[in-house]
Amino acid sequence: MARHMIALIAGGIFGFGLSLSHMVDPDKVLDFLDLPGTWDPSLALVMGGALAVTAVTFPLILRRPMPLFDQRFHMPTTTAIDTRLLGGAALFGLGWGLSGYCPGPALGAIVVNWQEGVPFVAAVVIGGMAVDFYELSRTAQATADG
Amino acid sequence: MPTDIVNFTPWSALAGGGLIGLAATLFLLANGRIAGISGVLHGAVRQAEGRGWRLLFLTGLLAGTGLYVALFPGDLEPREGYPMWLLIVAGLLVGAGTRWGAGCTSGHGVCGIARWSRRSIAATVAFMVIGVVSASWLRHLLGV
Repeated sequence: MARHMIALIAGGIFGFGLSLSHMVDPDKVLDFLDLPGTWDPSLALVMGGALAVTAVTFPLILRRPMPLFDQRFHMPTTTAIDTRLLGGAALFGLGWGLSGYCPGPALGAIVVNWQEGVPFVAAVVIGGMAVDFYELSRTAQATADG
Repeated sequence: MPTDIVNFTPWSALAGGGLIGLAATLFLLANGRIAGISGVLHGAVRQAEGRGWRLLFLTGLLAGTGLYVALFPGDLEPREGYPMWLLIVAGLLVGAGTRWGAGCTSGHGVCGIARWSRRSIAATVAFMVIGVVSASWLRHLLGV
């Protein structure tokens, strides 16, 4: 119950922050990424503002034996910097730069501009499912060949 | 290099970023989890386990945006005239890329770097560089 409330509240603060910083406006994001054009440095301060908080709080929190409402921290365990990571990040960067949307602001756009937010988020979900499907079929192929 | 600095809003950017950091802090301290939006979204579709809190987090994100729009009506203007086919292509790329690369601007950029994760730092550099290149194509080659 507490965990569910926290998820709702954390999501709410996150969404409000994305809106206040205007990151839900894809033109503002593109004004940052498009270096050869007129430049809006705001996005750097959004990430900087967020990191100014998390860079201090995260190391302190992770010293605790466990979080407040769970038995353990659910941290990513993968450490490899491989083609999967970098190829994925590159594909993401390509889609981000072509549209001005990353996943958080795209969700916010469902409220601000549903004509763009709804189809974009649907495409994000389908893109993720396509990767899962591809990997599953590759695993099945490897098993069949083996 | 940039010709001119326009529309720079340093205070709302810092304050909004601070709120995003606060949300990520609350989520880690209370629930022990990384507030990575792509991970929450893909997870809500993929896994039955934990679907409840994931959907609530996403609901909160929409509600937080809705609250801002209610408090400051007209402040966020919807973009118009962006081609739908390109929106869909970009969405598929973002979806596949964040699934393969295991994160986006929030998970790798805000949370991962704060943990000094080498993976997240590498991923953030990669998507930032490609983002700059592709946004420049969009504006100057495609003319969108």
